[in-house]
Amino acid sequence: MKALRNFMDKIKPTFEKGGKLYFLHSSFDAFETFLFVSDKVTKRGTHIRDSHDMKRNMIIVVLALMPALFFGMWNVGYQHSLLVGETNTLLQNFFFGLAKVFPIIVVSYVSGLGVEFISAQIRKHEVNEGVLVTGMLIPLIVPVDVPLWMVSVATIFSIIIGKEVFGGTGMNIVNPALLTRAFLFFAYPSKMSGDKVWINGVSELEKLPDGFSGATPLSQAITENFTGFTNSIGDAISTRELFLGCIPGSIGETSTLAILIGAFILILTGVASWKIMFSALIGGLSMAGLLQYLGVGTMHIEFYNHLFLGGFAFGMVFMATDPVTAAQTETGKWIYGFLAGTIAIIVRVLNPAYPEGVMLAILLMNVFAPLIDYYVAEANIKRRLKRAKSCCKIIFYK
Amino acid sequence: MATSKKILTEPLNLSNPITVQVLGICSSLAVTVKLEPAVVMGISVTLVTAFSNFIISLLRNTIPSRIRIIVQLVVIAALVIIVDQILKAFVYDVSKQLSVFVGLIITNCIIMGRLEAFALGNKPVPAFIDGIGNGAGYGMILIIVSLIREFFGSGKIWGFQIIPDAFYNMGYVNNGLIILPPMALMMLGIIIWVHRSRVKKLIEK
Repeated sequence: MKALRNFMDKIKPTFEKGGKLYFLHSSFDAFETFLFVSDKVTKRGTHIRDSHDMKRNMIIVVLALMPALFFGMWNVGYQHSLLVGETNTLLQNFFFGLAKVFPIIVVSYVSGLGVEFISAQIRKHEVNEGVLVTGMLIPLIVPVDVPLWMVSVATIFSIIIGKEVFGGTGMNIVNPALLTRAFLFFAYPSKMSGDKVWINGVSELEKLPDGFSGATPLSQAITENFTGFTNSIGDAISTRELFLGCIPGSIGETSTLAILIGAFILILTGVASWKIMFSALIGGLSMAGLLQYLGVGTMHIEFYNHLFLGGFAFGMVFMATDPVTAAQTETGKWIYGFLAGTIAIIVRVLNPAYPEGVMLAILLMNVFAPLIDYYVAEANIKRRLKRAKSCCKIIFYK
Repeated sequence: MATSKKILTEPLNLSNPITVQVLGICSSLAVTVKLEPAVVMGISVTLVTAFSNFIISLLRNTIPSRIRIIVQLVVIAALVIIVDQILKAFVYDVSKQLSVFVGLIITNCIIMGRLEAFALGNKPVPAFIDGIGNGAGYGMILIIVSLIREFFGSGKIWGFQIIPDAFYNMGYVNNGLIILPPMALMMLGIIIWVHRSRVKKLIEK
C-alpha cells in the first residue's frame, strides 16, 4: 500500500497544472481517489469533508448487488442443467454461470467506463462514479443469452444520451441502467423477450426437448389456461421457490431473497430511501389485490405472487431508489414509490403486450419525479404562507 | 443578387426550419424511416412552400388581413391536392408509403410560417426563392435523418442492401428502436446539438 502511495505521489506532478500529462488529469484523479481517500482540504469557511463521498456510496450499492449477482450466476448454471438434464453440484452450477455472466460484466464496465473517461477528458471534469453502479446493474437486468455487442452498443447509447448530454452523474433524468435495458428491449426484441432467451443454450437449439419450456413464470401467468407455475421441465414450483428464485429470468432479478439482503444493506447504510421501497411495495400489493378482487386483466394469480415474479423486487429496490432520478422531497418519495409500484402492476396485468411493466413504470416515474417534487414544494410554500398570514391576522386584530 | 442568395442559403443553416425554428417536427418523424419517401416528401414540401409563397405574395395587397389565414389555407390546400395527384400518378408506391402525410402538408407549420413571415411582406420572386430555401432546409434534415434510420434500421439505403449478409450471419441484428418515432426525435435532438455546437451564433446566452 505504501509503495503504491509513493508511486502515486511520484507521478502526481506530471498530471498537475503545467505538467506534461495535464490533459489526463481527470483520469489520474479518478484512479487516485479510487485507491485512496481524498486528501483534499477545504481552505475557506467551515466545512467538514466526510470520507463517505460518492465513490464510497456507489461501492455500497455494488456490494448490495453482490447477493443477487452470485445467486444469479448459480441460477444460470442451474437452469442450464435442467435443460441438458444433468445434476450438478452447487459449485459446478456457480462456475458455469460465472463463465456466462462475467463477459457481460466486463463488456458493460469497459463500454461504460470508456464513455465516462472520454467525456470527462473532453469536459475536463472529474470522472463520475455513477457508472460503477450502472455497469454492475446492466448485467443483472439482461437475459443471459444476450449478445455482447448489443450490451456494448446499448451501454454506450444510454451513458451518452441518458447521462452525459445532461451533464453527467447527478444531472440525468432517467436511470442509465434502465435506459440500457429499454434500448435493448425496443431495439432487439428478439433477444430480449419471448420464451427462448432466458435459459442459456435454448436459443441455439433447433428444437426444444419434449416437455421443455423456456417461459418465465411471468409469461406463464399470462397464458390462457394457466393453472400453476412450473419450472422449465414441467414440475410444479411453490411460492417458496419463487421467493428463492430458482426460475428463469434476467440474471439478477429472479431471487427475491437475495434482493432483500441487498435492500437490507442499502437501508442500513442509509444509501437508498426505505420510503420509496416501502411505498412501492404498498402500491404494488394494493393494486395487485384490487385487480385480483375485480378479476380484470390477463393475469390470474394470487396478488402477493407479483412481488416474486419478474423484476418487481429488483426494480423497486435498486432502480427506483436511484437517488438522482427519484423524487428528492420526503413526501415526494412516498408518492413516487407508490405510483411506480402501482403502474408496474397495471402494465403487467392490464396490458397483454408487455408481461413485464416494471422497467416502463420506473422510467415513467423518473420523468415525473421533478414534477412531483415541484408540487410538493409548492404545497409546502402555500401551507407556510397560510400559517404566516393567519398568525399575522391575530397580531393585527389584537 | 446578393440578397436572393442569402434568402436561399440562410434556411439551410442559420435559420433552418427544423433545427433552428423547430417547425415541421411531426412529419419529419413520420416519413424518415426510409430515404425514398423522405426525398419525395422533401421535394413536395419545397414545391408547395415555393408556389404558395409566390401566389400569396402576388395577392398580398388584395387579401384583407382579417381573413388572410383562410385564403392562405385555400392556396396551400389546392397546391397539396395537385402534388398528391401527381405523386399518385407517377410514384404510386411512395405515395402509398407517405399515405396521410402528403395531405398533412397542409398543416405543416413551415409553410404557414413562411407565408406569414415572408410572403405577406415581400415581392413574388424573393418569396419564391425563400420557399425553395426553406423547403430545401427541411428536406436536407429529412434526408440526413432518413439516411441514418434506413441504414441502421433495415441495413439498406434507397432500398439497396448495404450491410452484407455475412454480417447478419455473424449475428448482427437490425436496430428496431431506430425505426420507432421516439428515436427519430432523439436523432433530431442530436442533429440540433451538433449544429449548435458548430455554429456559435446559435448558442443562447
